[in-house]
Amino acid sequence: MNDSLVYLPQSGDWVCASCDGPLSPTDTAVTYLEGGFTITVLACPKCGLSLLPEYVAVGKMLEVEQLLEDK
Amino acid sequence: MNQQDLRTIEARCIEEEQPKCQAACPIHVDIRAFMTKMAAGDLAGARKVLDRTMPLPGVLARICDHPCEAACIRGQVGGAIAVGALERTCAMATASGGKPLCMPQKGKRVAALGGDLSALTLAWDLAKKGFAVTLFVARPTAGGILNEISPDVLPPAVLAEALETLGRMGVAFKTGQPLDAAQLEAVRHDFDAVYVECAKEANPLGASRDDADPLTLEFGPPGVFCGGWPADDGSRSIMRLVADGRRAATSIDRLLTGSTLTASREKEGACPTRSFTSLKDVPAVPRLEPTDPVTGFAPDQAKAEAARCLQCDCMECVKVCEYLKHYKGYPKLYARQIYNNLSIVLGNHSMNKMIDSCTLCGLCTEVCPEDFSMAELCLDSRRDMVNRGKMPPAAHEFALEDLAFSNGPDFALLRAEPGQTTCSHLFFPGCQLGGDPNARIPEAYAFLRAKLAGGVGLALGCCGAPALWAGRQTLFEEVVAAFRTQWESLGRPRLVTACASCLAVFRQAAPDIPAVSLWQVLNDETGLPEAAGFTPDGPLAVHDSCTARHDATAQAAVRALLGKRGLAFEELPLSGRYTECCGFGGLVGNAHPELAKAITERRAAASPRDFLATCAMCRDRLAHVGKRAYHLLDLLFPGPGAADPATRPDPGFSLRHETRARLRRHLLATVWNEPTDPKAPAGPDFTVSPEVRAVMEARHILDDDVKRTLAHAESTGRKFRNRENGHFLASFTPHRVTYWVEYVMEGATARVFTAYSHRMTVAGVGK
Ligand code: SF4
Ligand code: SF4
Ligand code: SF4
Ligand SMILES: [Zn+2]
Repeated sequence: MNDSLVYLPQSGDWVCASCDGPLSPTDTAVTYLEGGFTITVLACPKCGLSLLPEYVAVGKMLEVEQLLEDK
Repeated sequence: MNQQDLRTIEARCIEEEQPKCQAACPIHVDIRAFMTKMAAGDLAGARKVLDRTMPLPGVLARICDHPCEAACIRGQVGGAIAVGALERTCAMATASGGKPLCMPQKGKRVAALGGDLSALTLAWDLAKKGFAVTLFVARPTAGGILNEISPDVLPPAVLAEALETLGRMGVAFKTGQPLDAAQLEAVRHDFDAVYVECAKEANPLGASRDDADPLTLEFGPPGVFCGGWPADDGSRSIMRLVADGRRAATSIDRLLTGSTLTASREKEGACPTRSFTSLKDVPAVPRLEPTDPVTGFAPDQAKAEAARCLQCDCMECVKVCEYLKHYKGYPKLYARQIYNNLSIVLGNHSMNKMIDSCTLCGLCTEVCPEDFSMAELCLDSRRDMVNRGKMPPAAHEFALEDLAFSNGPDFALLRAEPGQTTCSHLFFPGCQLGGDPNARIPEAYAFLRAKLAGGVGLALGCCGAPALWAGRQTLFEEVVAAFRTQWESLGRPRLVTACASCLAVFRQAAPDIPAVSLWQVLNDETGLPEAAGFTPDGPLAVHDSCTARHDATAQAAVRALLGKRGLAFEELPLSGRYTECCGFGGLVGNAHPELAKAITERRAAASPRDFLATCAMCRDRLAHVGKRAYHLLDLLFPGPGAADPATRPDPGFSLRHETRARLRRHLLATVWNEPTDPKAPAGPDFTVSPEVRAVMEARHILDDDVKRTLAHAESTGRKFRNRENGHFLASFTPHRVTYWVEYVMEGATARVFTAYSHRMTVAGVGK
């Protein structure tokens, strides 16, 4: 996964439900087994809640999970 | 697994043994490769195969006396392949390959006293290896026996060309030489090694075969080797002369390059082979002979005769196993790849998935002439990976969670008959049957209680097979030990299992617990229930469980029950001891879903009939690929007015959990009169479209996961809102996996639009 990419939702106008505030692209740590890296996703600046879109979870993310498991 | 283990395991698989023909050939011509080219009409390619191993190929291929043919196993089905005539045909149709590639000169000189075929072979081999060879020939020309062959068969020009090629390879000929003791003395001083050919007229030493070391052909004086004798009856076989020349050349090469003369020479010359090739279903096709033995085969005849070659190899296991076939090799190769995979510390463990994809069904061992067990190799490797912390969690996570669920409070149940504390029998239907919403467990249990004396208890739970198959030996032993304690508390009853896997697991891991299959009990002890309700028409194909392949008693009971119930049935091509796995065994469905599907589809294709399974997993796997299949209980305890049970779909993961919990509540309430409150849901109820339901199944997302995610989001408010349509998106991580759900609340119920999951930990997500 390339950390220069920003993984935005494919559709919708998403806000944080609890503070009703806008989200902004945020560098976010991803860890698994013994590996780790950083991606950029939308997150609420106040609560720190990050939004990982479906296409990332079932796409790139799954690929990397499987890659790491073969190590 | 250490190197020694690997060798022992590897040696079991004889796939790489030479076929009978090649082993019987003193120079081990690759006859299979030759026949492949010949059958394709590729004469030039076939010639290249000969050139690789034959000395003086243009000559030898014309006159070889083909000892391989006596060994060819085609001999049992139509006649041995005409290897000799085909080689001759090839040699006559192709040009000489010219001078073979020779290694740079080594600066060592070898003399041969004699110019017959063994000396020519020796000169050919040593010249290729970079030795300077001089042949001392008594006659005016070299060739010996080759000069006696009819010119029709071996035209003088062909021999001359071969000798000329030798010359171009740097071999010197000294003709008209006396070959006596004085000559030998002289060359021993001038050369680094000497070969003395003991052909007809030239045997300066009077040496007999008995005087020479049979392995090295070394004769008394240092650096002197002998060979090329006639046989005891005076005859001189072409290939025997060649074999002597080649053996002596190998000895001289080893001597002059300073390596051992004797090590690893077992495979030189005609040698034994353990190769096995099944002739089952091979039609007898008669051997073709060339119309004219001198001119050889006509082109079409040659193709047809070469095509009769069986391309002998074993592959018995690969033929019957989709998994072994999938990885495009065979067990000997896999053993090495797995060993390497386990040995590397860093880098790609590219065989992990392979190790986790064997169904552990044991069919390979049944069909292997040497009893190779891929299952044992894979299971040992899994344990090894688990012990060293190298097992990828995802490989078996879901199956292990399934086990935990089945042995947890939602399903596990242990009771004697109502009002009793101990029992003589304990019915153990198994977790998979317990997950089938149409299973006839309550009916079967009631029937057993009515028919068996001494009280019949009930145990709901999982036998631990998933832990066993996942290589989690410690967990597996814990499960068995926990069960044993409970079993003892009920007065050590006899176990009656409805699942072949449970039965096999208990028999292996707890042999002191008496265990028997439900089918045997119904057949031998209780008799059948009244037949009422659905009866299939047409014969059924009986699918035996792979975990019951050695339980001939249970297999017989199943067939007897079908007979008593008046149901016609047929045997599958692979059944009983040779039955195939349904694709559930070994947890292959977790590690490699696509392969598991291919395994199930292969099994389903074995017969167009509806299948009769005796294991819930087999039935559901078959249903999963659209195959109509019954469970034996469907037919023994048919529900009144029930629809055709073969049409019901595979329940899938979520429904299986639901069903187990439901079954427990139902039995507690109806048998023990202990009504339990329907388990309070962990979150709001929700609705999904069939499409989303299918997506959830494919992603292994349970209803429970969705509910808990909803509960988490609704109670904490930690969720996102889409201002365009009001949808919420929330995540939750119950254990290790994070679940995401997109939904809206409609009153107290959620409508779910999608659900997805991931295993990586992402900051600010889930929890
Ligand atoms: S059956 Fe399979 S494992 Fe056994 S020798 Fe043949 S190829 Fe090897
Ligand atoms: S059938 Fe072919 S491979 Fe098999 S022994 Fe005969 S020649 Fe060799
Ligand atoms: S799936 Fe069965 S037949 Fe195939 S290798 Fe594994 S144990 Fe052997
Ligand atoms: Zn917020």
